[in-house]
Order: sequence, then structure tokens, then C-alpha cells
Amino acid sequence: MKIDESCFYTKTHEWVKWIDGKTCLVGLSDYAQAALGDIVFVSISEGACTKGEVLGDVESVKAVSDIYSPVTGTIAEVNQKALDDPASVNTDPYGTWLCRVENVTDKEELLDAKAYEPLTKE
Amino acid sequence: MDYIVNTDQEQQEMLAALGLSSLEDLYKDVPEGAKLKRKLNLPEGVSEFEAYDALKSLALQDKVYPVIFRGAGCYRHRIPAAVRAITSLPGFVTAYTPYQAEISQGILAGMFEFQTMIADLTGMDVANASVYDGCEAAAEAMIMCLDPRHMRMLVSAAINPEVLKVLKTYAHSQGAELVMIPVRDGVTDLAALNDLLDDATACVYSENPNYYGNLEDVRALAAAAHAKNVKVITGVNPTTLALARTPGECGSDIAVGDGQSLGLDLNFGGPTTGFMATRTALMRKLPGRIVGQTADRNGSRCFVLTLQAREQHIRREKASSSICSNQALCAFRNTVYLAALGKEGFREMSEQCLTLAHLAAAKITALLGYSLAYPQQEFFLEFAVKTPVPVSRINEVLDAHGILGGLELAEKEMLVCVTEANSEAQIETLVNLLKEVQA
Amino acid sequence: MNLIYEESHAGHRCTRFAKIAAPAYQLPEKFRRQSGTNLPEVSEVELVRHYTEYSKQTFGVDSGFYPLGSCTMKYNPKVNEETAALEGFTDIHPLQPESTVQGALHVMHTLRTDLCELTGMDEMGLTPAAGAHGEFTGLCLIKAYHEHRGDTRRKKIIIPDSAHGTNPASAHMNGFEVVSIPSKDGVVDLDALAAALDDTTAGLMLTNPNTLGLYDSGILEITEKVHQAGGLCYYDGANLNAIMGISRPGDMGFDCVHLNLHKTFSTPHGGGGPGAGAIGCKAFLAQYLPEPVVAEKDGVYTLTRPEHSIGKVRGFWGSFNVMVRALTYLSVLGAEGAKKTSENAVLNANYLMHLLKDVYQPAYDRTCMHEFVLSLEKLKEESGVSAMDVAKRMIDYEMHPPTMYFPMIVHEALMFEPTETESRATLDHAGEVLHEIYDEAVNHDLDLSKAPYMSEYSRPDEVTAARHPILKYEHH
Repeated sequence: MKIDESCFYTKTHEWVKWIDGKTCLVGLSDYAQAALGDIVFVSISEGACTKGEVLGDVESVKAVSDIYSPVTGTIAEVNQKALDDPASVNTDPYGTWLCRVENVTDKEELLDAKAYEPLTKE
Repeated sequence: MDYIVNTDQEQQEMLAALGLSSLEDLYKDVPEGAKLKRKLNLPEGVSEFEAYDALKSLALQDKVYPVIFRGAGCYRHRIPAAVRAITSLPGFVTAYTPYQAEISQGILAGMFEFQTMIADLTGMDVANASVYDGCEAAAEAMIMCLDPRHMRMLVSAAINPEVLKVLKTYAHSQGAELVMIPVRDGVTDLAALNDLLDDATACVYSENPNYYGNLEDVRALAAAAHAKNVKVITGVNPTTLALARTPGECGSDIAVGDGQSLGLDLNFGGPTTGFMATRTALMRKLPGRIVGQTADRNGSRCFVLTLQAREQHIRREKASSSICSNQALCAFRNTVYLAALGKEGFREMSEQCLTLAHLAAAKITALLGYSLAYPQQEFFLEFAVKTPVPVSRINEVLDAHGILGGLELAEKEMLVCVTEANSEAQIETLVNLLKEVQA
Repeated sequence: MNLIYEESHAGHRCTRFAKIAAPAYQLPEKFRRQSGTNLPEVSEVELVRHYTEYSKQTFGVDSGFYPLGSCTMKYNPKVNEETAALEGFTDIHPLQPESTVQGALHVMHTLRTDLCELTGMDEMGLTPAAGAHGEFTGLCLIKAYHEHRGDTRRKKIIIPDSAHGTNPASAHMNGFEVVSIPSKDGVVDLDALAAALDDTTAGLMLTNPNTLGLYDSGILEITEKVHQAGGLCYYDGANLNAIMGISRPGDMGFDCVHLNLHKTFSTPHGGGGPGAGAIGCKAFLAQYLPEPVVAEKDGVYTLTRPEHSIGKVRGFWGSFNVMVRALTYLSVLGAEGAKKTSENAVLNANYLMHLLKDVYQPAYDRTCMHEFVLSLEKLKEESGVSAMDVAKRMIDYEMHPPTMYFPMIVHEALMFEPTETESRATLDHAGEVLHEIYDEAVNHDLDLSKAPYMSEYSRPDEVTAARHPILKYEHH
């Protein structure tokens, strides 16, 4: 189970990479993509997002899972590559960001790589 | 009688294997208060022959009209014998939903053909594998367009009243508002539509041809709606689509309709097929079953139910629709019918409906006191005619001659339908009888 | 196997119509279709051969054992096809004068009466097109009932976690909030239910026997608790085949029910439809039923609109020719046949479970009703072979797999519903086959993740189908 040292994590297995104090990228961890299986479709909302609330969802053949927003802010951009090629979320979970959030005003309790590791052992 | 296979002896042996002595022992979990302590108050069972005879005597009480000039949502067309023969094959009739693709390729390929034909007829990018009927298709299309900030739908008053009733029921369930667009000269009033479009409007629904048989300017309607970011749902009669401008060509976002006229019997109105087709951009919002092409592990092309993550068995309360099944056998029959008619046959049938309807209209309106209710409009298959004597009187006379006349729209207004199942001789007879009624 | 388009040849014809004398009418350009259709062109023999090939690639109840849990794949009697094909039923228009369709209305009314008796309901609407459609309608009734009473606070519907997905979806379609309650030992957890009930509860949706094939002996307490809280009880009738003549939802305390005519009442599934979903209710809800409802007075049948009807859920009067089949079936069965049908459905299921439980784990090791669920979790852990693999291997033995991965509360689930129309010999054979497959799994004789091996197709790639959907044939 890969864990990217430069990311912070939520308990629901999303990762956050800070670009600056108010901007970040959001994605799904290796643990998340493995649990979901082959991802067939990704859908991300537009506009405002709120920490702990649903940001979008990701579909595999037999299931659909909500993606929870780690932060409160505005979704500035959705990664077209993730939408066009959902398999990239499986093959490169840390390189395939889902959205970029700006004007971040609040965040969930985020774990660093070391604190996140035990959660991937479940 | 019953269809149980095991004899009493075999049943006893099976019970013994379970350590039980009677069938009653199987129901020990049923509390006393929920047990039925008397015999069911149903007639005693009979042999299949007696059951058949009883149903037959009921069927004989129904009047089968040799000649029908009534449509309004259910149409008599001629159905090639091969269609019935093929759709009665037991594999198609007795199978369930093709969840196990390996042993259901016949059904899946049939549905894939259905989707292809519907997309083709409507001029759209994709279609699903059918929903319950044309009315429900319209309601599902509405649901596709609604979102929390757009809960208003505009509906033309020129649509089939059955569809309107169903839209109202579904709109109420969703908490959506339905607003009627008035009719002007027998078609949707586009000026009124423009005034009604607003920021809360999700979509507009109209039909082409509409309930009165009139063709509408869907291009203009779609342009007006799109200018205000409102989606366009068009209800169509598939038999007109060989010749009439398609919803795709007019710019509609979603095309819906009923497949009864594509090779299904009248069947007293049901079951039938609902079809839905849309643009690629809205593909993932389509409810219901969808069949996709893929390859198996050996690389052989095959078909499979796909995009299932939209559906109720996965999304549960987040599904946009609870629809679980499709009208598979009806849709399959539509497919075989369209394949049997083929490109030329479908065009021929459609052209006869158009031509014979115009022939009948011309002959009827040549009679004193008869006139088209909407003479400025183009019509297809059906037309509304004003009559000099009450429609009820006319239909009484026609009935006595084995003809089901047009539908009474008003005391002296009748909706006449002519399909390729009506011959020119039948039209002559109709006209002669109308002459007699006046006298 | 070709698609019809791949067998098409320009100029081939199957159907020709009678010639008409009148010259073809031309639509003005503004209303005219711009490009022609791409419908195929085949002769009648090509048409028939093509679809005959399709029929060979389709497994139905007529082909072999089809124990698909929750679907009641019982044998479809052929006499039903004959009555449904009677001209007096197939060739009547829904908008004919009622006096000319008294036979058809009589069929509908008799069916309505029989179904009321079977379920303990007072009135029965016949318009829904399918089970899920019936569920949607039932929830419309509950919504209408509370709205009519002016009780707008009741927005919640309680549904057990074992329920079929159509239940919460139908509730959601009516604007209700779904409250899911956990099961305990396979049945409704009464404490969880009590905790979930309050004055915002609109109702409960329940199947009994439930999706695990278990009869909930707490059913009377369940419905009473819901009623005490001011809610209504809705019965999902998908599993009625277990209890006809033995227990009735009306006596269990339910206020409205839906039935699946294509399950319990033998009408064929047609590859996924058409079915029909009757909607029954107690007298106090009859005023809300969708129109039309068939009524009888002095021997005359009419279509009526209930006083506070929720409106219509589909066009015209219902899936009439499915109703004809259901009534034919009920006529043959009669009171005694209906009860025996259920008893044998339950006997067959218990017998099959008994044959399998030495190697497979029943999710609940107790008397089941007409279906049972096995959990193959242990087999997966020990041998790596999943429920899907076992199910797919059954195809090589010419049996249709059972339902896989449902209900979701059981891991690696396989749900079997043999129905009453299977013989002991078939069940014994199925038991042997499943033992053989078990041995193949634990001995690793065969890579079951690649099963089936003997059918023409094996393991379609569902991932690619969903990632890059191809939903129609493209003409080149």
C-alpha cells in the first residue's frame, strides 16, 4: 500500500497536497483506489465545497462511493484527465489529482503520512 | 390443479430428510396472529382446458372492430407473421434479465439492436433498453432534467392527456412545478412559451406530432428554450420518424415515446414499451437498463449490461430512478418488427400512414359540414375534424357497421386516425357512412 | 454471432405492404426528415435465421434449472400464452366504449378480487408496470395519506438494510428521507426499529419473508409499533410465493402491498419484462389509488377514478395481457393449488439448502422460506474462489447461476430460489453439481476465475464496457 509522504490524508482516504496556504489539490489514496476496484467513472461537483461533505463520487462496475471534501473552499478546476481516463486513478493515485480547491477557509483534521499509515492496515 | 412436480410420496421423503413430518412444520416461524386459519376464498382449481374455456368466453364478450379509425396513443398497424413467430421462441419468453451475460447474448444483442434503432429513428446519440411506456419515459426524462435549483417544467397543452396525467403524478412526487403552455391554432404557442421560460425552468415537454396529429416547429421551440438554458424533451410517435424531422435534427435534448405502434398488438393498452434517447452529454443520466458492447476474456465481441452504477441496485436511495426492469420482450418485438420492415418497408408504412390520412381528411372535409379543426397545420397519421352532427351519433352508426370511429374530442369534434392498416376501400366506406349520418 | 446490421444487404426485403392508389403525400421541407434511417435490409429467411441464432444464445426457464433468488423463476405454463393470444384480448383498443370490452374488464375485476383475497387487502389497483413501479405507487399512497391529513412533518421511511435497492430508490423518488435500520439475526432489530420511530415517520417498507428468505416472527410487533407511531406499513410482495394461503400481509398488519405478477403468478419474465405490479391496499387508502380501478355494479364493469387518486402512473389501464396470464394461472391453481404451491416452494428451498450445507455456509442456519442465502466468504478466504466463480462454473453444468452478491449484508452471497416447479431429481442433481464445484475449488483442479469454460462466451469485460461505453452499432 503506497503512501505519498508529501500528502496529508483524511480518515476517509482522500489526500491533500498544499500548493500554498489557501490552495490545494485533492485526490484518492492508493488504499482507496484498491478498495474501489477498477474505476469506471469519476464525477466532481462545481462551485463551493465544505469539509466533510460530499465533493463528488467515483464509480466502479458494481459500486459507487462518495468522495468527501477535506477542505472548505471553492473548486477552481477539475482534472479532465481523471474524467477522461478514470483508470489513471487506479494506476497513479497520487499523480492523478481530482480537483484543485482555492480560497480554503477550513479543513478536516488531516493526518500526515505517518499518522495515516495505520488506517491502511485495516 | 397445480404445477408442482413432486408427488406426495416424494414430498414426504424430502420432509423426512429434513427431519420434519409435515409441510406445516416448515412454517413454525409464522406467529399465530399472522396465520390464515381458513381456506382461501378462491374458486377451486380447474384443468387448463376449463381455464382456457372460461377465459375464451370472456374474450368473446369483447367486440373486435374489423375497422379502426381511432388512435390517441394506441394504434392498429399490420404486424408481419415472422415477428410473432420469432418473439414466441421460448428462450426469449422465459428468460430473466440478462445479468449472466455468457448465457444471455441473444437478449443482450437484441437490446443492443433496439438501442441502435431507437437512436437512429430519433436522430439521437444514445438510447436505453426501454422503460415502462411512453408516459413514464416522459416522466423519467423530466427527472433527468430537474435539479434543486431548477424544479419547474413547462408542458405543452397539446400533448396526449394520458402523458400529462402521468407527468403530474411524477412531478408531485418530486416536488416539481408543472406549468402549461397554451395551445394556439392546434400547436404549442411559442410566444407564450417564451414568456414562461425563466431561471427556475429545467425543461420543456412537447410532442411531435402532437395529440391533434399536428406537426410542430420543434426547431423553433428548441432554439427558444436553449436560449434560456432550458432542456427540450420531445415526445414522438415512432411510426412517423421515417419521414418526419427527427428530434435530433430539431435540436432536442431528449426524445421519448411509446413503442406500441412498432409491432405490438392493441392489447387493451398494455403492456407496451417506453423508449428514451438522448445526446452523449446526458448519457449517464439515462435511467434504466443499458446494454453495451465489450469483449470477453477470449477477445470475442459480446454484449453486457453496463453503466449499472446509475441504477437502484447500486445507488439505492441516491438513484435517480427506482426502475429495475425494462420491457424487454416488448422492446425485442419492436426490434424484430423494425428489422422485418427494414429501411424500405418502414418508409413505405410511414408514407402510407401519411398519405391515407391526407386522403381521408380530403374526402371527409369534402362533405358538407365537415372541416379540419386546424386547417393551417400539417398533420401526420391523425387529424382533428369538426362535424355537423354530434360525434356520439356518428360513432353509433359506424359501430353498427363494425367501425370504431374517431375519438370524441368535443361534442362536434373528432380525432381521426388512419394507418396503413386502413385500406382505401375502408376510407370510402367511412365517407359513405358519414354522408348517410347527415341525411 | 452477427448483429442484424452485419447481415444486411442493400435491397433485401422482408415485408411489403398492399399497394395504394393515392399518390404519396409530400411533407413540406420544414417538417421533413433530413437523412434516411439506417434500418437493416434483410429478407424474411435471413431475419428468421438471425433471431433463431439469438434464441439459441439465450437461457430461459424452458432451458434448465434457474434458481435465481428473489426472482421466482417458476415454470411459465403455456396455456397462459394461449389465453393471452385470444383475439378478444389482443385486438381491443383501450379507448373503445366500455360496453364493448366487458370481457376484458371482467378479467381485471376477477383478478383484483382474487389478489385481494390472497393478500388480505380491500382494494387492488392493477396499473403499475412492474414491481418497482408498484413500490413507487405504494409510497405515493403513503405520501397522499399524510398530506391529506395535513401531517407534513412525516418525511421519513424506515427500510431494513437487507432490502432490495428499489425500496430506498422508490422512497427517494417520492421525496422521502430513507432511514436504514440494521437486521439482527437476519430479521428486523426491534430495538433499532423502536429507536428509529418518531412523529416524523411516514412509514415502513418491509418484505416478509425478507430478502434472506427468513420469515420474521416479530412481524406483528413490527407493524404495531409503526402504527402506534402514526406511520403506515408497506409490504414488498416480491416474496409472496412463500406464503400463499398460509399468511397474508393484510393479517400481518400491512396497509398496502405490491405484487409481482411475473414472479408469484407465473407470467413469463421475457428477458426482463414486461411484468406487472398490482398495488393493493386497505379500505382507508383506496381513495388514493392510481386511476383507473375496475369496479362492478349489477354485473356491469367500469373503470373508475378513486376520489383522491394520486393520478396516473402509466398510460391507459395496465399491462392487460400480463393480467390475462396471471388470471389463467390463478384459475388453474385455485385455493388449494395456491397453498400447495407455496408449501412446495418452501419445501424445495429447504431441501436444496440441506443438500448444500455440509460444504457451503447458509447465512442463517435455520428453516428458510422459498429462498435461502449462502455465504461463500470462508471458501474465498481458504481457496481464493469467490461466489462469482462458483456461480459462473454452474453455467458449464447447464444451470443458470443463482443471484450473486445480494443482499449486501451477506458477504460473497449466493441466493437460491428453486421454486415449486422443480423436481427432487433436479434438486439432487443441483446438489451434486455444487459439490463437484466445491471440490474443484478446494482442490484447485481448475482455475475457476476463468469459468465458464464450455459456453461460447466467458467473462465479458465489464470494466471497459463502463469506461468506454459503446451503446449502439456504428455504421461505416
